[in-house]
Amino acid sequence: MDLVVAVLFQLTYVIANLALISLGLAIIFGMMRVINLAHGEFLMLGGYTVVVATNLGVNIWVSMLILAPLVVGIIGVIVERVLIRWLYGRMVDTLLATWGLSLLLVGIVTSIFGASTATTVSPPLGAVRIGDYSASGYELFLIVITAILLFAVWLTLRFTKLGLLARGTMQNAEMASSLGVSTSRIYMITFGLGAAVSGLAGGLLAPMTGVLPTIGATYIAKAFITVISGGAAILAGTTAGSVLLGGINGIFSFIAGSTFGEIALLLAAIVLLRLMPRGITGRFFRKSL
Amino acid sequence: MTRQRGEVVVETRDLCMHFGGVRAVDQVDFSLFDKELRCLIGPNGAGKSTFFKCLTGQLTPTSGEVIIRGQPMTGAEPFEVASLGVGIKTQVPNVFDGLTAEENIWLAARRWHGDARSRSLTAETIERLKLGDIRRTLVGQLAHGQRQWVELGMVVAAEPWLVLLDEPAAGMTHEETYRTVELIEEINKTSALIVVEHDMQFIRMISRTVTLFHEGRILMQDTMEAISADPRAREVYLGHRA
Amino acid sequence: MLRQMRPTLVYAVLGILFMFVAPQVLQLFTIINLTTAIALAILALSLALIWGYGGILCFGQVAFFGLGAYVYTISAINFGGSTWAILLAILITAAFAAALGYFIFFGRVSDVYLGVITLTVTLIFFSLIRRTSGPEYKIGNALLGGFNGVSSPPINLPWDTRTFLFPEQVFYVAMAALILCYVFVGWLVNTKFGRVCVSIRENELRAELLGYDIRLYKLGIFTIGAGIAAIGGVMFCNGVGRITPDVFNLYNAALTIIWVIVGGRGTLIGPIGATFALFYLTSALGGQTVLNNNLVLGVILIIFVLLVPKGVAPTVVDWFGARRRKKPGRVRRRRRGNRTEGAQ
Repeated sequence: MDLVVAVLFQLTYVIANLALISLGLAIIFGMMRVINLAHGEFLMLGGYTVVVATNLGVNIWVSMLILAPLVVGIIGVIVERVLIRWLYGRMVDTLLATWGLSLLLVGIVTSIFGASTATTVSPPLGAVRIGDYSASGYELFLIVITAILLFAVWLTLRFTKLGLLARGTMQNAEMASSLGVSTSRIYMITFGLGAAVSGLAGGLLAPMTGVLPTIGATYIAKAFITVISGGAAILAGTTAGSVLLGGINGIFSFIAGSTFGEIALLLAAIVLLRLMPRGITGRFFRKSL
Repeated sequence: MTRQRGEVVVETRDLCMHFGGVRAVDQVDFSLFDKELRCLIGPNGAGKSTFFKCLTGQLTPTSGEVIIRGQPMTGAEPFEVASLGVGIKTQVPNVFDGLTAEENIWLAARRWHGDARSRSLTAETIERLKLGDIRRTLVGQLAHGQRQWVELGMVVAAEPWLVLLDEPAAGMTHEETYRTVELIEEINKTSALIVVEHDMQFIRMISRTVTLFHEGRILMQDTMEAISADPRAREVYLGHRA
Repeated sequence: MLRQMRPTLVYAVLGILFMFVAPQVLQLFTIINLTTAIALAILALSLALIWGYGGILCFGQVAFFGLGAYVYTISAINFGGSTWAILLAILITAAFAAALGYFIFFGRVSDVYLGVITLTVTLIFFSLIRRTSGPEYKIGNALLGGFNGVSSPPINLPWDTRTFLFPEQVFYVAMAALILCYVFVGWLVNTKFGRVCVSIRENELRAELLGYDIRLYKLGIFTIGAGIAAIGGVMFCNGVGRITPDVFNLYNAALTIIWVIVGGRGTLIGPIGATFALFYLTSALGGQTVLNNNLVLGVILIIFVLLVPKGVAPTVVDWFGARRRKKPGRVRRRRRGNRTEGAQ
C-alpha cells in the first residue's frame, strides 16, 4: 500500500514537473503561435536569478516566487519589443530568431558567470514520510505549486479582461484588432507572462537541478514534446500532454530505468504525432482553453 | 443542348461534408458523363467549392462516396486523384512562385512523360497558351491573370481526360476571360470538365448543363436558359443578382 | 544537364586543385584541422540539400551526423576494420532517417513542427548517450563511454585492416568525399527527382495536384540527406579521433542551421563556404575569452534572420545581377537551357 502511494507520488511528480517546465512555452505558443526556442534559456535565467538573489542574502522564497518571474518577465517583454514583434506571422523566422536569442543568452550568462555550475541553493524543505517510504517535501511542494499555477492560468483566461482579449486574439487576430483591441499590446503582455511563468519554473527547479548556462537544453526537448503533443489549447494541451507523456515516462522509468523512460517518452510522442498531427487537443477537447 | 450519353466518369453517392454543425455538402448525388462539360453554380456558401474539394481529395467527406472512372476515390489524397489523369485548378492560383513559367509547365508534363516528350509538350503548351513572353519569368512576379494562365497551362500540359476548374476566370480581364472560354471549349473536345464559376456571363458563354447548388444540396440541374427562367433558381441565386 | 551543372563542376575542379595543393603548402596541424572543417562542410551540404532544395526544416541534421559517427566507431571497433563500418554507418543512419521520416511525412507534419521534432530527437540522443558511462553500456566490444565518448579507429585501406591511413591521407579521403557528395547533390537537384523536390518546396498542394506523391519525395530527399550527413560524421570522428555526445548538443544543432542560413538556402556552395568561414571564425574566437562563441553565433543568427534572410550567396548574386541590369547598352545574357534553376 505504502509502495503504491510512493510510486503514485513519484508519477505525479514526473507529470507535474513536465507541466511546470512546459507551461510558459504553451502560453506563448497557444496564444501567439510562436514557438519560443529560447524557452529553456528563460528557465535558466529564472534559476540564475534565484542563485544570485539568495547569494545576496534575499530570502529564498522571495527569490523563487517573486524575483524569478519578475526578472524573466521583464526580459520577456524586452525581447518581444526588440525581436519578436518584427516577425509575427513568419513562424519559421521566429523560430530561427528565438534560437539565435537562445545562443545569445547562453553566451551572455557564460560571459558573466562562467561555464560551470554557479553556487547551488539547497531545497528549502525536508523529507515527508509515506509509511515506510520517504518522499521529498520539496517535490510535494512543486506538485502543489504546479496545480496552483495551472489553476491561476485558468482563472486568468476564463475571468479576466486580459484573458478574454487573449482568447479573442487567439481565435482571430484580425477581428480582434478591428474591435479596437491592441493586438500588439496583448502580444507583448502574453509574451511577458509566458516568460514570467518560465522564469518561475526555472527558479523553482534551481534547487533541484543546480544552474548552468546550458541547462536550458535539458528542459526544452521535454517541453517541446509536451506542448506539441498537447496541441494548441494552453491548459488542456499542457495537462493532457504532461499526463500522457509524464505517465509513460514514469511507468517505464519505474520498470526499466530512467534511460528507457526517456526513450519511451520520445517514441510515444512520435507515434502520437503520426496519429494526431495537431496534438491531443487538435483531436479531442477542441473547445477547451 | 448536346449531352453525350456515354460512360459515367465522375459519380458521387449521398456525399456529405459537415463542418461541426454546418452541412456544407448534404447528400449530393452527382454524375458526369465522359466528354461532358458541366458548370456548378450557386450563391456563396452553397457548397460548390466544398463539393469540388471533396472531388479533388483536398477534403475527406464526412460520409458518402466519390467514384471516378469506376474507382472508389472517397477520401483519396489529392495526388491519387491527379494520378488518375485528372487535371485540377484550384480557386486561389496554386503555382510554383519561385520557378519560371516554363518550369512550372514542365513539371506538369514530366509527371507523365519522359524528358524529351516533356520538353516538346512544354513548348507546345507555351505556344498554345501564348505564354512565350513570360516563359522565363518567375511566376511569383507575374500578374494575377497571368498566374491563372500558367496554372491552366499546367493543367493542359498533363493532357488530362478529366479537368476540374474552380473559378478559372476569377480576377481575369475581359480579354483573358474570353480566351479562357475558348480554351475550355478546346479542352472539352478531348476531356470532360467540371467548372465551378461565379461569373454568369462566363457560364452563359460555355454552358451546356448547369448544376445549381443551394445550401449544400443540388437544387436543380438543367440548361442555363431553363435555370434562368425558373422561379426557385431566381429566388436563391439569380434574383438578387440579375 | 551538363550545362546546368557547369558551376558545380567548376567548383569541384577548384576543390580537387585545393585537395592536391593544400598538403604541400600547409602544416600537418592545419591539415588535421581542415579535415574536421571538411567533415562539417559535408554536414552543411546535407542540410543545404534537404532544407535549401527540399524545403524540409530539419533542425536535427547533427543527429544523423552524430549517429553516423557513432555507428562507424562502434562497428569499426567490433569489425576491426573500417570498410564495412563506413557502409553500415551510412545505411543505418539512412534507415533511421527513413523510419523517422515515415512518421513525420506520412503524418503530414511540416514546417516548424518538423523542426521541433527533429531537434527534440537530437537532444534525446544527447541526453541518452551521455548516460551511457557505465560498463553495462556496450555494443559488442565497444563501450559507449557516456559523456567521454568513444575513440574512433582510423580508416584503413578498403578490406586491408592492417594499413591504417595517416592524418594527411585522411584529409585526402575527406576532401574527396566532400567533392563527390557535392557533385552528387549538384547532379541530384537537376534530375527530375530534384526538380520535383524543389517544386514541393515552392508549393506542396500544387505538386500534389500534379500527381506527385509529395510524402515519398520528401522521405526520399530526407533519407538521402541523412546518408550524406552520416558520411560527414564518419569523416568527423576520423579527423577528431573520437566521438562524444556533445556532437548532438543544441549548440552544434544551431551551428548547422547557421551555416545554411548564412550561406543561403537554395545554393550548395554557399553553406559549404559559410562552414569554412565560421569554422575559422570560431577557432579564432576560441583563443580569447571576452566574446563567447554562443554569443557571437547568436548575434549572427539574429542578424541574418532579420536583415539578410536570403543568406550571403543569393544576396551577392542578386546584387551583381542588379548592377549588371543597370548598366545601359549591355545585353543581358540569356540562359539558353530549356530549364533553369541550376545548382551552383
